[in-house]
Amino acid sequence: MFMLEFNISLGRTYLDRKFKLGLYVLSLGWTLRPITKFTKFLKLLLEGFSFLRLYSISLTRSELVPPLKLGMDGEELTEQETALYDRQIRVWGADAQRRLSKSHILVSGLKGTVVEFCKNIVLAGVGSLTLNDDHPVTEEALSVNFLIAPDDNVAGRSLAELCCDSLKDFNPMVRVSVEKGDLSSFGGDFYDKFDVVVVSCCSLATKKLINEKCRKLSKRIAFYTVDCRDSCGEIFVDLQDYTYSKKKNDETIESQLQYPSFEEAIAIPWRSLPRRVSKLYFAMRVIERFEEAEGRNPGETSIADLPNVLKLRKELCEAQSFNESQIPDSLLERLVVGIREFPPVCAIIGGILGQEVIKAISGKGDPLKNFFFFDAMDGKGIIEDIANTNTGG
Amino acid sequence: MASEQQLSAIKGAKVLMVGAGGIGCELLKTLALSGFQDIHIIDMDTIEVSNLNRQFLFRKLHVGQSKAKVARDAILRFTPRISITPYHANVKDPDFNLDFFKQFNVVLNGLDNLDARRHVNRLCLAADIPLIESGTTGFLGQVTVHVKGKTECYECQPKPAPKSYPVCTITSTPSKFVHCIVWAKDLLFAKLFGDKNQENDLNVRSSDSASSSEHVEDVFEIKNGEDIEQYGRRIYDHVFGYNIEVALSNEETWRNRNKPRPIYSRDVLPAELIQENGSVDKNHENGNAVKNQENGNVDKFFVADDPSAVFAMASLGLKNPQDIWSLVENSRIFLEALKLFFTKREKELGQLTFDKDDQLAVEFVTAAANIRADSFGIPLHSLFEAKGIAGNIVHAVATTNAIIAGLIVIEAIKVLQNDTSNYRMTYCLEHPSRKMLLMPVEPFEPNKSCYACSETPLLLEVNTHRSMLRDFVEKIIKAKLGMNFPLIMHGSALLYEVGDDLEEDMAANYAANLDKVLSELPSPVTGGTILTVEDLQQELSCKINIIHREEFDEEKEPDRMNLSGWTQAPPKEKENTNISSDNGASTSTTSQTVTLETYGDDDIEILSTGTESVSAGKKRKVSDISDATTSDLSNIADKSSGKKKHEELDDDDDVVVMLGDGNSDISKKKRLQ
Repeated sequence: MFMLEFNISLGRTYLDRKFKLGLYVLSLGWTLRPITKFTKFLKLLLEGFSFLRLYSISLTRSELVPPLKLGMDGEELTEQETALYDRQIRVWGADAQRRLSKSHILVSGLKGTVVEFCKNIVLAGVGSLTLNDDHPVTEEALSVNFLIAPDDNVAGRSLAELCCDSLKDFNPMVRVSVEKGDLSSFGGDFYDKFDVVVVSCCSLATKKLINEKCRKLSKRIAFYTVDCRDSCGEIFVDLQDYTYSKKKNDETIESQLQYPSFEEAIAIPWRSLPRRVSKLYFAMRVIERFEEAEGRNPGETSIADLPNVLKLRKELCEAQSFNESQIPDSLLERLVVGIREFPPVCAIIGGILGQEVIKAISGKGDPLKNFFFFDAMDGKGIIEDIANTNTGG
Repeated sequence: MASEQQLSAIKGAKVLMVGAGGIGCELLKTLALSGFQDIHIIDMDTIEVSNLNRQFLFRKLHVGQSKAKVARDAILRFTPRISITPYHANVKDPDFNLDFFKQFNVVLNGLDNLDARRHVNRLCLAADIPLIESGTTGFLGQVTVHVKGKTECYECQPKPAPKSYPVCTITSTPSKFVHCIVWAKDLLFAKLFGDKNQENDLNVRSSDSASSSEHVEDVFEIKNGEDIEQYGRRIYDHVFGYNIEVALSNEETWRNRNKPRPIYSRDVLPAELIQENGSVDKNHENGNAVKNQENGNVDKFFVADDPSAVFAMASLGLKNPQDIWSLVENSRIFLEALKLFFTKREKELGQLTFDKDDQLAVEFVTAAANIRADSFGIPLHSLFEAKGIAGNIVHAVATTNAIIAGLIVIEAIKVLQNDTSNYRMTYCLEHPSRKMLLMPVEPFEPNKSCYACSETPLLLEVNTHRSMLRDFVEKIIKAKLGMNFPLIMHGSALLYEVGDDLEEDMAANYAANLDKVLSELPSPVTGGTILTVEDLQQELSCKINIIHREEFDEEKEPDRMNLSGWTQAPPKEKENTNISSDNGASTSTTSQTVTLETYGDDDIEILSTGTESVSAGKKRKVSDISDATTSDLSNIADKSSGKKKHEELDDDDDVVVMLGDGNSDISKKKRLQ
């Protein structure tokens, strides 16, 4: 009887918002009653215990597993690799994981996007990663680089050397090393050691040169360039003659693609490209040509350069009989001014690039052909196929 | 790079991140690099080895520690001047109440389960704080923006219905490997090693159910004088031999099905193999001894007590988890694993639940499922695949998480600047759609019939003379509406309430109400009644109009209740300017991928279709199953292309997404206390 009365009175007053709030606070207070201490104690106990339990697993496991061979000679993944890569093997298969662990990758130009890429590819478990960037660490580089801590001893050490230490730490199964020197001075035998070459923050001439060096080798090297300016990013891919497998209606079929080189791609007359090619493609070419003509290092531009950039756009468009309005002033202005990278865009471009490199190494899934653009302003991530139709692309 | 305006919005923002896992690690890094100064992060999980391939802030030495705390420390090493506040706790803890949420400018979700997502959605709605929601599976991902009154909330689109298997499919007529896994994990494993008091449908119902159930009771007990080897073989013969014979005796069942083959241990493992099995055990003991010596400085207590220290695979010399074992190998693993449970882990018996990280449990379930599959002519699977199915393991790679985290930050900056017209939900696709790999779409408007963000009442058809309050609470309030601490009112009368603070007599009253049919409650619930259901913690309140209905279709409506009124919002007429500008196509392609989600540890139910089970309020909690153990890119890709989501859900071969796990966390909580 008492219960019923209580319920009813509670019910009535319950409709009163103030009381409701009071009840809420009250119920909260009661939820945190004396049991809090006991549950906390239990939680602590469990935490401590599970930690010790898992810790002892890692000890006993490492005792059982033979010394790591990086999957280099054995055809099967080690128990350690299977445990570490479990979730991704479920995405791309053990076969792809084996190929990854035998692949060798070179990156040059360690700015935000490439750092993101390096993290992704080291986590994925490639065989080795070679870093090339002799620049000293600047305040700016520090602020957008999660591989270098401010208290690291940066004096006298290059960007590549500092990134190397952190990357090694991400995945002890990947060999990370530094190669000093100028990218364009390396010969064919140097590039022959790699399966994938990624270059960033370098001149138009260097891009073309490295691409050609890779193409001259008998071995097929996957070549990529990547650059971010303001909140925009561009990836170029050259897989040469590429055969891969993809699944279609439960059947694995072989597909083939032919890629133009960077030089061939950008030489294609703008007018002959399909309509609605991303404006970023043209804008990036203008900036590239501007930096080359002025002898600037990549990214060495400011708002003061805008008039000359616009002038160059006019010249290029006239030479190509191309409508200037396809390359808006506002876009060029953003690219000229925004030389600092925007970390979310680095993460996005570095992620897409990582995915593409994984596809190229594993030979599984449709690769990107042959340009990718992202602009945070409209949020679109677009693939453009910039190839002459008669080159087979 | 960010403009001055953006920078000041970023600097002044106080951000709450929920989840420090795959997306969370990437997100925390990108937030810190982008200049965010005040970040709070909640995650109840601890670090596991299988996280390390993508959760790059964690190292092997951190295994077992709090994700939120380790992530904070890792980030502060390279951006020491910002403030990161970690909480190693469940976001559903009452500490994270409305006032807690109100202190933030935006909430960013990087969660792995529907239950927590709904909870955060409701608190964000109540606190009027914008929410950015995200999810990834393999190479697919999505980011959505939820701002109260401006865009749809997370629950505006009904989530896919729970995947459930009729009991008889699991117990008698499996046709897919997943059915065998469910049987091995939720029936056999639970029967042998779990709580003996839990109801269990392991035994086939034969025509003379009374006598067989008596017979069953003792089968799973070790008999006096029986050694573990004999016991294992007896269990083996009972579940793979005798039970199949019993099932076969029911001719009707097999008229249109392939008959299973009873399997007995003596046929698979003749006498000489028994001895070999025995000697293998000695090897195992030796192995253990060697290990103990090698680990000289490791406390023996932990080696001996460490559940992972005993593996059936290792003691039988099987190494590659990707190999598919033969029937003989599966049988030996079965017997070996069973023996190891009884000899090395006897203390845990009676309270074990399946855990995908418990190697011995995975071995046992794989072997049992394979033997059953063999019996039913279903292709066998490797331990690696079986683990994926049994543990409902989500496919995950670092790259997608990094991309999604970048997109979240871009949206967060827009939200902080109140740049409403530019909000986008973005899909990360595996195969380009209209040249796009990253596809932005304008957010949808709120669904006017959404129970979470509008005040539209729901309709419940129910037989008020047969369904009990308990059914209503479990199957509707908790499973469908996802409430944790519900309070049910009929007019001004309280019918039910959950809380730690209840007086004893009130609690008794509510407990009594649970077992009453709706029409016989102190304040009777009949057709035309309007119930008010509230969750004080989630600040969610909704009205439910009760409609009395006599009959329900046992197969289609096993709950014997039908909740409606919460339907998909009509497709938005307005074309997306972004996309239509490209080629004038509508947004139809994007809607095909709309409900892409990842669900980590959600549960599903096996529904009893028998009348007696329903009236007894029986219900099985079964961990979620995903049939897709696909380990290649293109199979996953198929999900993003072409087919509509609804069709996919009808197809058993697709990744199945579960709802209605409202109880799993609560039961965990109960266990804790």
